[in-house]
Amino acid sequence: MRLNCTVNGEARQADDVWAGESLLYVLRERLGLPGSKNACEQGECGSCTVYMDGTPVCACLVAAGQAEGRDVVTVEGIADGPVQQAFLAAGAVQCGFCTPGLVVAVHDLLARDSAPTDPEIREALAGNLCRCTGYEKILDAVRLAVQR
Amino acid sequence: MTTHAKTPVDPAPSVPVGGAVGRPVDRRDGHAKVTGAARFSAEHHYPDLTYATMVHATIARGTITAIDTAAAVAVPGVVAVLTHLNAPRIRPVRKGNIVRDLGPSVSGTEVNYLNTDQVFWDGQPIAVVVAQTSVAANEAAPLVTVTYREQQARVDFAAEQHNATPAKGDLTFAGTKKKGDAEAALATAQVSVDLRYTTPGLQHNTIEPHATIAVWSGDHLTVHDTTQSTDASHKYLAWRFGVPAAQVRVRAEFVGGAFGGKFAVWPGTVIAAMAAKAVGRPVRLALSRKAVSRAAGGRTASTNRIALGATRDGRLTALIQDSITHVGSVGGLLEATSSPARHLYGAKNMLTRQNLVEMDLLPNTWLRAPGEAIGSFVLESAMDELAYELAMDPIDLRMRNEPATDPTSGKKFSQRMLREAFEAGAERFGWADRNPSPRSMRDGEWLVGMGAATAYHPVLRLVADVKVRLSNDGTALVQCGFHEMGMAAATVQAQIAADALGIAYEKVRVEYGDSDLPPGPMAGNSNQTATVATSVLAACAELTRKVTALARKTGTTGQEPAATLRAAHTPFLEASVGSTSRLGSLRSQGRFLATFLKDQRWSKAARGAQFCEVRVNADTGELRISRWLGMFDVGHIINPKTAASQLRGSIVMGIGMAMSEQTLVDPRNGRTMSAGLDSYYLPVHADIPPIDVAWLNEPDKSMPLGIIGLGEVGMTGVAAAIANAVYHATGRRIRDLPISLDKTL
Ligand code: FES
Ligand code: FES
Repeated sequence: MRLNCTVNGEARQADDVWAGESLLYVLRERLGLPGSKNACEQGECGSCTVYMDGTPVCACLVAAGQAEGRDVVTVEGIADGPVQQAFLAAGAVQCGFCTPGLVVAVHDLLARDSAPTDPEIREALAGNLCRCTGYEKILDAVRLAVQR
Repeated sequence: MTTHAKTPVDPAPSVPVGGAVGRPVDRRDGHAKVTGAARFSAEHHYPDLTYATMVHATIARGTITAIDTAAAVAVPGVVAVLTHLNAPRIRPVRKGNIVRDLGPSVSGTEVNYLNTDQVFWDGQPIAVVVAQTSVAANEAAPLVTVTYREQQARVDFAAEQHNATPAKGDLTFAGTKKKGDAEAALATAQVSVDLRYTTPGLQHNTIEPHATIAVWSGDHLTVHDTTQSTDASHKYLAWRFGVPAAQVRVRAEFVGGAFGGKFAVWPGTVIAAMAAKAVGRPVRLALSRKAVSRAAGGRTASTNRIALGATRDGRLTALIQDSITHVGSVGGLLEATSSPARHLYGAKNMLTRQNLVEMDLLPNTWLRAPGEAIGSFVLESAMDELAYELAMDPIDLRMRNEPATDPTSGKKFSQRMLREAFEAGAERFGWADRNPSPRSMRDGEWLVGMGAATAYHPVLRLVADVKVRLSNDGTALVQCGFHEMGMAAATVQAQIAADALGIAYEKVRVEYGDSDLPPGPMAGNSNQTATVATSVLAACAELTRKVTALARKTGTTGQEPAATLRAAHTPFLEASVGSTSRLGSLRSQGRFLATFLKDQRWSKAARGAQFCEVRVNADTGELRISRWLGMFDVGHIINPKTAASQLRGSIVMGIGMAMSEQTLVDPRNGRTMSAGLDSYYLPVHADIPPIDVAWLNEPDKSMPLGIIGLGEVGMTGVAAAIANAVYHATGRRIRDLPISLDKTL
C-alpha cells in the first residue's frame, strides 16, 4: 500500500508499505528518520515516542496504516528549545538511546502542564525506561525546562 | 578519520584556561543525542544494505540433523539463508592470552557459529536470513525448520549445584584464599552467623539492543558495532576471517549503554560479517530485545554460604564465603563473588572459595561490578545480621573491623577512606535518628526502615595508545580508540588534555570509538578514565616539552602555545604514547605489565557507604524506597556532573537487582523466559526516590590526577542496604533476590 502522512511538517509518502509494518519502521527505515529509537518493539520502553496528531504514542505499536493522513512529529521535528537544553544542562543524557523518546514525552508533559509536581513528572515519564541516568537528572531537566 | 569533526563543541564560556578539571562541564555529544542526530551502530546508511535476522536453536544441547530452509528462501525479498551447511567457513575461535593478545579472549563463547552442527544452549544462533528488508528477514526466519538429535542438558541451576567444583585462581581471578583456620575459628567464636544467600541471573538490558553493520570491500572489513572493545574485537574479527588486523575497522562512536554486555564479541557480530561476505553486500544485523537475551550473555545466578564469627565486642575472628556460580559449557566468566569478602574487613581467619558448575546455558559475562554486585549483597547482608546478633550498630561493627592493610594480601592501601565515608554519610543521612529495633519505626500503614552497606570495587588500569596534536590555530586533537557508552569519556579526557596543555577546554577535540585510532583500552572494570588519562597526560607533557623548546628558540616563552607554533612557522606539533608497529605493540605490552605490576604494589579500590530508607506496606507488603544516599571514596572527580550521573545510574541498577530484576530460565528446557522488557522488570521513574550522591574528593595519590574509576562501585552494596532496611522495617530477613512482594508479606 501507499502511505501518505505529514512528518515534521512535510508531506511524506512511502510506497509498497506492508500492512504489518509499524510507524516506527516507516520512520526509521523508509523516511530516513532514525532519531526515534527501536529498543523493544512492544511498547515497553518509550524510546520510540513520537507525536501523532498531537498525542504522544509509541511508534512501534502504531501500524503504518494507522498513520495514513495523520500528522507525525518526531524528535527531529521538535524545535531545539528549552527541553533539549535542559536535558544537556541537567546532565540528563548519558548514552542517549532513551533520550529522543524522553524529549518528546517531556515536551508533551510541559505542553499539557506548565508546572507539574514531582510525582506527576515521575508518573508521566514512567513509560520511558532509562538504564543509565538513574532518572533523578531527568527530573531535574524537567524542572529546569519549567523554569526556562 | 571519524565523524567527530562535526560534533558541536558545547559552548562552555565559563571554563577558564587551566580550570577544566573538576568542573561540571556539559557532555560533548549531548546535543547530537537530544536532537536525534546521533547515529548509533544500526543507523549508518549504505546503498545496497541488506538486513539479517538470526534463527535460534530451540533445544539446549544436541546436534542438528536436518535443516530445511526452502520456505524461508521462498519469502519475497529473501537474499540468502545461511546455515552450517552453506555458510562461509572461517577460522575457529582460539584461546586467548591475556598478556600477549586480548583479541581471542573477547569471544563471548567458543562456538563456531554456522560452522558447526552442535547446539550448546537454547537460543544459540544456528542460521541467518538475509533479505532486502528487515520485515522480510523477520518473516522468513521462523520458517526455517530444524531437526535435532537431542542430548540430556544441564539447565537447572538448583539441581546442578552439587556438581560444582572449586575454581582455580589465575592472574585476574582469586580462586580459593585461606588465612588461618576459619572453620575452627567459627566453631569457637563467641558470636556467629552461618547463612545462605542466593541471587538470580541478571541481564544488562541496555536500552540499545546489540546491533552490527558489516561491510566488506575486497578483503577489507568495516564493522559498525555495539561494542565497548573496538581494539580487541577488530583483532578477533581479523583472526576469524583470516585477514590482517589493519584491514578490519571496528567503529562505535555512539553506544547506547553497555555495562559489560558489549565487551565480548557475541554471535551477531560474527554472523553479520559472515553474511556480508556470503551475499557480497553490506549486512545489518540488529537484534530484537528477545534475540539479545538468547545471544548475548548476562550475569550468573549464585548460591552463597557466608559465615561470620566474632568476639562479643565485635571483632571478626572468622569470615567464610563459599559461592557457587555457573558458566556455560562453551565459555563464561568466573564471577569473582568473594572480592568484597577478601578486601573489606580485617577478620583474623578467612576462607573464600568460588565453586563453578558448567551448564548448558548461554555463557555468562561481565555485568556491572561482576563479582562485587553479588559479593557485596552477601557480605554486607551478613554483616548486618551479625550486628543484630551482637546488638551493635551495623556501621559501628564495620568500623571495628577496619583493617590497617589489605586483609588477604597484606598490601598497603593506596587510599582508604571508608571510615570517613561512613561518618560523613551517617551525618548527612541522619543515621542517628534511627531506632535500631526492627519494626520500631512506622508512618501510618507504612513500616519504615533504614539500612546501610559498604560499597567496594577494585581499581584496574590497562594501557592506551594516544596521539595528541597541537595546531597553530590554537586547537588540539586527542585521538584514542576508547569508548563512549554514556559515561562522558570524551568530555572528561578533553578536560584533562586542556589543562595539561594549558589551552581552553573548547579548543580540544577528541576522537574515539574507532579501531583505526591509536588503540584504547576496552571500557570495563571502571578502568577507562584512569587508563586513558595516564597516556593523555604523558603525551601532553611531551608536547609541552616540545613547545617549551620551540618557544625558547623563537623567543616566545610565556606566550600561548599557538603563538609559538606560528612564530616558528610550524603548522602543528604531535606527541604519541605507543604505536601499532610491531615494536610499538611490544612496548605497549611492556607498559601494560609495568603498570600492572606497579599497581599491584597496593590494594586499590573505590569504596563508599550506601544508606537507604524504605517503606514496606504493613498490609500489602509493597516495598518503596523513600530515600537514598551514596557517599563515595572515589578519588579526585574530574567532572562532578557526569560522575554523579554514573554513580546514580549504578545505584538504580542496584535497586533493580534488589527489587525486580531476574533472569528466569525454564528448568525443564533451559529457555530464557524473561526475554523481553515485559517479563524482565527494569526500575522506572516512578520507582525511584530522590538519590543523593556525594564524594569525599580525596585524590588517590598512586593514580594519575588521583583518579579512581567510579562506573561500577555505585551498584555495590545497594541490594544489601535495601535488604537490611527491609529487615529493620519488618523484622524479616530476605536472603534471596529479588525482594519481591511474596517475600515481604
Ligand atoms: S520500541 Fe516502542 S516502546 Fe520500546
Ligand atoms: S541515557 Fe542511556 S538509556 Fe537513558
